[in-house]
Amino acid sequence: MRIGVMVCHAAREFPDVVFATDHMYACSDPGQGTIEQTIRSLKLDGVVVASCSPRMHEVTFRRAVERAGLNRYMFEMANIREHVAWISLDRKRNTEKATDLVRMAVEKLRHNRPLTAKSFEVQKRVLIIGAGVAGIQAALDCAEGGLDVILVERRQSIGGVMSKLDKTFPTVDCSVCVLGPKMVDVGQHPRITLLALSEVEELSGYVGNFEVKIRKKSAFVDWTKCTGCGACLEKCPSKKVRDSHNEGITTTTAITIPFPQAIPKRAAIDPAVCLHFTKGKCGVCKKVCPADAIDYDMQDEIVTEKVGAVIAATGLDLFDHRKCGEYGGGRYPDVITSLQYERMLSASGPTAGHIKRPSDGTEPKTVVFISCVGSRDRSVDRPYCSNFCCMYTAKQAILTRDHIPDSRAYVFYMDIRATGKGYEEFVRRAQEEYEVQYIRGRVAQIYPTTGEDGNQLMVRGADTLLGTQVEIKADLVVLAVGAESAHGAPALAEKLRISYDAYGFFLESHPKLRPVETNTVGVFLAGACQAPKDIPASVAQASAAAGKVLALLSKDKLESDPQIAQVQTMRCIGCGKCERTCPFGAIRMRELRDGSKRAEVVETVCQGCGICSVTCPVRAIQLAHFTDSQLLAEVNALCRTWDETTES
Amino acid sequence: MQTPVRPLNLAQARDPDFQAAVARDSGQHLASCYQCGNCTAGCSYTPDYDFPVHQVMRLVQLGLKESALSCRSIWLCATCQACTTRCPNNIDVARVMDVLRHMARQAGYAPEPGVKTFTDSFLASVAKHGRVFEVGLAAVFAIKSGKPLQDAGLGLPMLTHGKLSLTPHEPEGNGKAEVAAIFARFDRVAAQKARAHSPGETPGNGKKGGGE
Repeated sequence: MRIGVMVCHAAREFPDVVFATDHMYACSDPGQGTIEQTIRSLKLDGVVVASCSPRMHEVTFRRAVERAGLNRYMFEMANIREHVAWISLDRKRNTEKATDLVRMAVEKLRHNRPLTAKSFEVQKRVLIIGAGVAGIQAALDCAEGGLDVILVERRQSIGGVMSKLDKTFPTVDCSVCVLGPKMVDVGQHPRITLLALSEVEELSGYVGNFEVKIRKKSAFVDWTKCTGCGACLEKCPSKKVRDSHNEGITTTTAITIPFPQAIPKRAAIDPAVCLHFTKGKCGVCKKVCPADAIDYDMQDEIVTEKVGAVIAATGLDLFDHRKCGEYGGGRYPDVITSLQYERMLSASGPTAGHIKRPSDGTEPKTVVFISCVGSRDRSVDRPYCSNFCCMYTAKQAILTRDHIPDSRAYVFYMDIRATGKGYEEFVRRAQEEYEVQYIRGRVAQIYPTTGEDGNQLMVRGADTLLGTQVEIKADLVVLAVGAESAHGAPALAEKLRISYDAYGFFLESHPKLRPVETNTVGVFLAGACQAPKDIPASVAQASAAAGKVLALLSKDKLESDPQIAQVQTMRCIGCGKCERTCPFGAIRMRELRDGSKRAEVVETVCQGCGICSVTCPVRAIQLAHFTDSQLLAEVNALCRTWDETTES
Repeated sequence: MQTPVRPLNLAQARDPDFQAAVARDSGQHLASCYQCGNCTAGCSYTPDYDFPVHQVMRLVQLGLKESALSCRSIWLCATCQACTTRCPNNIDVARVMDVLRHMARQAGYAPEPGVKTFTDSFLASVAKHGRVFEVGLAAVFAIKSGKPLQDAGLGLPMLTHGKLSLTPHEPEGNGKAEVAAIFARFDRVAAQKARAHSPGETPGNGKKGGGE
């Protein structure tokens, strides 16, 4: 066997090594060219590159080796950067360890065998989880690109947080007016199957051939019959139900359509509050429904779909300000969240766009906005910046002055993060044109007080620029609550086998170069499920994810990784331990003609984790590219001492 | 209190030993303060302070020892810990104030002599009786502070209501000896510490008088 080693200055003599050299940047174009030339001119059978982590560049070098006519698995990489140079400054011991790693790679390579990838058919369909603005954008892009889309939304209507907003910054255009047409497009697109009031139960399979089980929750209304006329809403006697679309500032009925622009515009019953389910009485909706759509016996339904790729677009939830006792912890009715204020500002909201104090319905004249509630705050375990609160606070302050010209608006802030296009100008406009008073400091306390115009709230904070304590008697306080990962995000991440951070946000594959991919091939991210994001960023990432899916599924067949488990049928005793231990369900027991059983690997499902290989009591399963002989060769190379090799 | 008229030369003014000593004695990571002002916003004494709490933290962050140790705020702090409770960065601000007060005392600063006099009188009373003797303390403090009649108006009603006693209530049993042992241990540790960091740590320039 003839092996070439491309390594730094510590190259040494090893068995079968006929060539060793060093490059300044082996991954560069000339570096790869040299590898190819050397393979050809010296008729090498294999190559070791000692450089950085294989995570980034193993693919690069495998391609170079392949261009020179070798099998791409006749290549090994020794990581002498992350595993050596970056972790110690001891030159002598670094050189020893680097040499060990190269020697291990050479010994492994001597036992490598050419492997060939198999190809398999792909499903040209994509599952998109979450139908906020990111999921909607990704669905439309994928559908326009020719893919069938399964769009799953756990709420009754698509639209997400954006459908609750009044206006958007920095243009102050109506949110639902720009989102609405996209929502309608989703509802009407022939390639999009919309499953509202549904959740992903289980995802199995692999890139190109995922199988997903989706729970369609019972609406107790037959949506094929329901016309969305709203007759049931008018007659429903339970009228004290928390209205989640309006963030609880008003009530709704037990059978409801969340908002006029809802897609699908279909009614659903909440069995937790419906009198028919809680008391066994009532049945008014069934009587009044002109379409006979009400079905109290409806059950959840599990549907199974096959898809080639998945986009997670599950969005965000907001910080629960009840954790902030100093702001009343939810006890003061006139201390509200920014999203509640947004619903109040909305012309289609419960107050028809009039700003009213929840306590007495009067128009507030002094409105105080507090930034960073549940953001940049380690004491509540939310150390990150929520990205968009600075901007929506400026917008809400502008709208306050717009709606109530004789009002005063104050904003307590720590820093203003206005880095998007036109954002800084927007914040300046709030201060200069709309005379919003910005105060640099946090608020320590809010307490009820009596003012000239009835009950007010005393807001005590600091003006750090002045170096003093300040107080404002406010009629209404709006808390700019920060972003949190969507409720249940970690559980979904585990179903999708993707990683998530300490706060439940999904992890991208590389923070700079692979921002929409995950470490599970075929699963992509869009929108605020990855990190708090505003609308433009969510839409951009959604289109990026759609582009990635379209590129992936543009091929009719994908290549499977040949580094998988292989059963030596002659050795297998059919004990079935491997089948039980495999986390991917990639091993099944095949019955022979004599009735005995043998293990069999489903090659496209196997992830090459190697658990079966170590479980097998008779060593009948070997992991291709990591066989016992390859690993032992590495261990033997490592266990020879430094002196032996230097002397030999 | 000493707002520099000319630009403050930050590199020259910074005392890294002082910063390290505050960080070590308080156990707090001072760089994590981002000057949001929530300590100042919640502090009941801000109107009486020369430097509001967040500015005291800023002085420490910049290593401006002279300004930090000579300020009145650290003596007026009641250690109510509102600042500590409010701090979004989990800094024990009250502890930092406490550490600064100790350092100021050791370095001979006492911009609020009344506070120092009261503390000294209080400790002397506890050291002597094993527990504070209120009437004795009031008398000693009245004389030392030079305002002998400042609390006299309160004394009589409190005596008649049985809130004060003319004789000390010393702890029963071994209590007095145990308290005395605490004082002895403190003196011993303080002496050891003084020996350990003798050169740079306690300059005690004495220009403000007092000290331990």
